[in-house]
Amino acid sequence: MTLHTLIDYETLRLIWWVLVGVLLIGFAATDGFDMGVGMLLPFVGRTDVERRVAINTVGPVWEGNQVWFILGGGAIFAAWPPLYAVSFSGFYLAMFVVLAALILRPVAFKYRSKRDEPAWRERWDWALFIGGFVPALIFGVAVGNVLQGVPFRLDDDLRSFYEGSFFGLLNPFALMCGLLSVAMLAMHGGAWLALKADGVVADRGRRIGAQAALVTFALYALGGVLLWAFVDGYRIVSEVVTDGPSNPLLKEVEVAAGAWFDTYAARPWLLLAPAMGLICALLAWAGLRLRLEGLSIIVSGLSIFGVISSVGIAMFPFLLPSSLDPRSSLTVWDSSSSHQTLFIMLVVTVIFLPIVLAYTAWVYRVLWGKVTEEEVRREAGHYY
Amino acid sequence: MELDVVTLSRLQFALTAMFHFLFVPLTLGLSILLAIMETVYVMTDRPIWKEMTKFWGTLFGINFVLGVATGITMEFQFGMNWSYYSHYVGDIFGAPLAIEGLMAFFLEATFVGLFFFGWDRLSKVGHLMATYAVALGSNLSALWILVANGWMNNPVGAVFNPVTMRMEIESFFDVLFNPVAQAKFVHTTSAGYVTAALFVLGVSAWYLLKGRHIALAKRSMAVAASFGLLSSLSVVVLGDESGYLANEHQNMKLAAIEGMWETEPAPAAFTVVGIPDAEARETHYAIQIPAVLGLIATRSLNTEIPGIIDLVRSGEEHIRQGIVAYDALQQIRAARGLENVSQAVRDAFEQNGRWLGYAFLLKRYVDDPRLATAEHIQRAAWDLVPPVGWLFWMFRLMVGLGFFFILLFAAFFWLASRQRLDRHRWLLWAAVWSIPLPWIAAEAGWFVAEVGRQPWIIEGVLPTAVAVSTLGIWEVALTLAGFVAFYTVLALVEVGLMVRAIRKGPPASADVVGPSPIPSAKPAGLRGAVAAE
Repeated sequence: MTLHTLIDYETLRLIWWVLVGVLLIGFAATDGFDMGVGMLLPFVGRTDVERRVAINTVGPVWEGNQVWFILGGGAIFAAWPPLYAVSFSGFYLAMFVVLAALILRPVAFKYRSKRDEPAWRERWDWALFIGGFVPALIFGVAVGNVLQGVPFRLDDDLRSFYEGSFFGLLNPFALMCGLLSVAMLAMHGGAWLALKADGVVADRGRRIGAQAALVTFALYALGGVLLWAFVDGYRIVSEVVTDGPSNPLLKEVEVAAGAWFDTYAARPWLLLAPAMGLICALLAWAGLRLRLEGLSIIVSGLSIFGVISSVGIAMFPFLLPSSLDPRSSLTVWDSSSSHQTLFIMLVVTVIFLPIVLAYTAWVYRVLWGKVTEEEVRREAGHYY
Repeated sequence: MELDVVTLSRLQFALTAMFHFLFVPLTLGLSILLAIMETVYVMTDRPIWKEMTKFWGTLFGINFVLGVATGITMEFQFGMNWSYYSHYVGDIFGAPLAIEGLMAFFLEATFVGLFFFGWDRLSKVGHLMATYAVALGSNLSALWILVANGWMNNPVGAVFNPVTMRMEIESFFDVLFNPVAQAKFVHTTSAGYVTAALFVLGVSAWYLLKGRHIALAKRSMAVAASFGLLSSLSVVVLGDESGYLANEHQNMKLAAIEGMWETEPAPAAFTVVGIPDAEARETHYAIQIPAVLGLIATRSLNTEIPGIIDLVRSGEEHIRQGIVAYDALQQIRAARGLENVSQAVRDAFEQNGRWLGYAFLLKRYVDDPRLATAEHIQRAAWDLVPPVGWLFWMFRLMVGLGFFFILLFAAFFWLASRQRLDRHRWLLWAAVWSIPLPWIAAEAGWFVAEVGRQPWIIEGVLPTAVAVSTLGIWEVALTLAGFVAFYTVLALVEVGLMVRAIRKGPPASADVVGPSPIPSAKPAGLRGAVAAE
């Protein structure tokens, strides 16, 4: 079969770089508000019924939203196997903590309402808080570390060796990225509550969301400055082969100050991405202050889109730079699946992603409207 | 067994996978039963069927969420603990996992929200469609996961690429229509249906015994008995198909399951019971039925089935061929590509490349397989034999239970069709106590499938010991301990909530007046039900 040569290898790699970005942004923009609601739960709900209002705004949708994450993981496995292999085994303990938090979250949603005792419910409230806060923090910290290079190397058999420690991940720049990620999802969760909750829960969501939007703006701007001033980037110095075999060891790489801004220098229009991250965070703040909830959730999502895509663009074509052995760094051009796998996966995606988007949109429409205290009380049986 | 990273990683995978599979079969089967019950509701408009759907739906939800939660671990564990595996076969293995997410899991997870929250927001038919979507999504999900697992057992449609040092896809069609995957899919989903059917049957039997929710229980039992009878028949028939395929693709697994050390003249006898002895390399006190194994495994009377000792002998030969391939590979990689080496090296790789994985079996004993001694090779060849005693007994446990399920469902099907479900209290108790058995059968089945493949993680391609991540032993030990502790708590909470929901039963509105309780049941049954609430 040579059908896959319809699209050349280089283009397919670019498409898959974009597609994985789309999935991760899809995850942050949908499951992001679920996690945001989780981490805001202790602050927006003082009584059980208030917390139930907050939880039930995401009750019917968190499960589908979470699939963006599962699919993101699966797509990285399928399209970028070396990235999946190196990053998940490298960030081993951090991944374990993320897994534990993400396992806790579905269980908390489902089991919280199964018993009436306040102690039981309070315990699951904490689980929801952890399930929102911890993954958000760790994902941010991970991105912060990736931007600085990760201490791994590949041997001749392309087996990866990670030589960093768990606590080495917790450096100041990475922690700042972690806080940015938390602020971003708090903004998004707040905007969601303003839109979908009622009464006092919506008010608190609106207030906290607006504050988080300002923090997002500040931390993102600060992060950009720090990245420029203190974080060295990576650059391919050998000839760049974009359609060669996926073996990272066939290239040479240098570490250089400012290299993370190469792509922006070459294509200034891409600065739209960071600009969108900044401006939309401000718009989210303004929207929430002016009680324009529909607008707020959209611009908050766009801000997330801007922030995440700006990082991806800055690192392009690098996916996972290696601080230990720069040559081992994984890039778009040497860490993908085979030509044929990328093609097949693209065909499947082109068919099914629109279907997924269509029925997801339909489900959101069915669930249109605010969740009220009265409704939560009435539907005690099958609501969370 | 020494406690190294490989063993701990295997233990971790086994525990998390087996734990995951406590929830999956019930999801697979119960989603279909819910779809059947709700279909009856929509077609007949009788509210009892809606109450049934809602009640079993509550139990479905408690179970479903843990299946989802533990599935996250499964997806990420390949990268965490099996990173060389992920690199080596990600080009093929990653695709079905990603497609599962896109085609199946999204469907299931998006509509499960509507199943619970949509009763008042959707029309009757609209809600039924949501339920169908959940059932379809769950079962499609199983299809893709078993396409992935089937490929581990029968790695078709892929070739090794010396430059990227991994397997790459050659024919996606072959991967998708892998006969092993297809047989596994129907066998596994049928097993899930049996699990759910017996769960519904057993819980309903308990209600009958307690004289509670009679109308709901009887109808549920009728559905469960018919569905269960069909499914249990299909499990056994399709299990036989798996046996046939095992002979074609994994004859070591088959020989180990049978405790068949020597090649027997065709048609081989089926050993009903016996005591396999790995030291003496024979199976003591074997009771055999002539010709049956030959018929199952080869569908003929004159095809020989190789025994373990002969398979080890040919394994030795493959290891030697693997060493030739490994040597050629090193030269190809040093020269950076197949086109830069001599024709002789190319030919050597061409002819022996498919045995490359066998050379990796030697990595346990020597770093460079080319330096292996005859003794190393012999030891590596005997490593090809999985734990025979375990496989022998786990397989018989699974099959024995499979036949028991057929009998049990047949009995209840007969009673249901004659409207005598509440006649035999002992039979009802048998159904209650049988609830855990399908889980035992399913876990035993997975044990046979996965341990039977050892020492391979990908049959004949990549040994398990080579596939692990380079991790410190304490890291793996820590996460293993973490998972054990965490999962134990979750399991206790889940079972607690399940029992609680069953004791509470459906709301009183579901108890439309049915036939009077079983004579021997205490008349206090209803009061007991109220007290429990």
